[in-house]
Amino acid sequence: MADIFTYDNLIFMAKGAMFSVLLALGAVVIGCMLGIIFSIFKLSKSKILNWLGNIYVEIFRGTPMLLQILFFYLGVPVLYQRITGTRMNANPYIVGLIALSFNSGAYQTELIRSGIQGVDKGQWEACETLGIGYKTMMKEIILPQAFKQIVPPLVSEFIMLIKDSSLISNIGALELLYAAQVLGKKYYDYLDPLIIAAVMYLTLTILVSWLSKKVERRLAISD
Amino acid sequence: MIKVEHLHKSFGDFKALKDISLEINDGEIVSLIGPSGSGKSTLLRCIHGLEKAESGKIWLDGELMDPAKKEQYAAQRKKMGFVFQHFNLFNNKTVLENCMLAQTSVLGKSETEAQATAMEYLTKVGMADKASSYPSRLSGGQKQRAAIARALCMNPEMMLFDEPTSALDPEMIKEVLDVMKDLGRQGMTMIVVTHEMGFARKVGNRVVFLEAGEIIEENESEAFFSNPSSERAKDFLSKVFYD
Repeated sequence: MADIFTYDNLIFMAKGAMFSVLLALGAVVIGCMLGIIFSIFKLSKSKILNWLGNIYVEIFRGTPMLLQILFFYLGVPVLYQRITGTRMNANPYIVGLIALSFNSGAYQTELIRSGIQGVDKGQWEACETLGIGYKTMMKEIILPQAFKQIVPPLVSEFIMLIKDSSLISNIGALELLYAAQVLGKKYYDYLDPLIIAAVMYLTLTILVSWLSKKVERRLAISD
Repeated sequence: MIKVEHLHKSFGDFKALKDISLEINDGEIVSLIGPSGSGKSTLLRCIHGLEKAESGKIWLDGELMDPAKKEQYAAQRKKMGFVFQHFNLFNNKTVLENCMLAQTSVLGKSETEAQATAMEYLTKVGMADKASSYPSRLSGGQKQRAAIARALCMNPEMMLFDEPTSALDPEMIKEVLDVMKDLGRQGMTMIVVTHEMGFARKVGNRVVFLEAGEIIEENESEAFFSNPSSERAKDFLSKVFYD
């Protein structure tokens, strides 16, 4: 078993871990932008926008993430071919990022919506009496206060994404779990690579928890 | 000058305002008083448009306030500063930023201009030394003075106060009333919903007494307090004054 712990193998897995984190980071950022847009849709007075927001959330929260990943990787190219007649080769990393982002966006829509609704009504009224427009109000007052309240669940969301990014090993993207499986196959030993992977996931997620506590403390300055 | 004509407002089955008509002249300080639930806050909020009246008209400087005419309506609302019972300072902004945001985003002023105006009014209300503090670090009285400065930064023609001292600890009421008194002396038109009878009597020019959504009595302050004409006003005053 000892020969599996070579420098090259550990670097190989660390690279996989790096992709997991990058994917999760990309997905949490893009998902956040989607979350802001769709939460504003859901809170809008327009029935059509409400409806769009609801459909988005229900679809991406109500189907398995693995299905979404496979749909974007295997389904969308077929759709593309049917429409345009030409083949498209999907890049598993990009597809993985898109699928994770849309999935996370649905959860973040609900998070951000609850955050926005949690902001004291007086803050909106103060903006109204001062004549501050909707965009400035959202950007300067409401969203910053909403986000402050939802930092803990957002961090959970990020940790979930680090773990869930392992699902894209199914479409051949070389992230941490896939790296562990490659080594397992090579050495006929799955135990050690899986333990290494677990330790790496844990290191990452504990690091994120620790960082989030620092962020929360900094945000508490205005409390 | 503000003129309210036949204003009606309900919340569900509850009739909050019944046929309110009222005129307020420039430079006047009018106190809206009455028991809780009498509709005085609702009336003030309707005047500013925070609540939409069901029927009735409001005229500002001879111009009808009509939400359908968006630009004109927004310009009219900008003439009125509003001060809330619970201050409603922006929690994520310092006192100075609170005073600057609307100046830069609504009036289109530069940062330096906005800051100069903000500091001018913060000095006026005695809050200059707290300019860089967040609202959570302030006492109630300080918050309310900052909120008054924030409203004044928009250079309003009149100020509406919705129970500005009701959420304050007793020892902080005076510092806020003093700021309001100064404002009145400088000729600011003010409509004040208040339970501070001393303020209504000494600083206010006129009292409008409401009960159950109706104006029961309207008179010069001194005359109202020394000699209320309606039974209900007499009854109310006998309850609020302890002797």
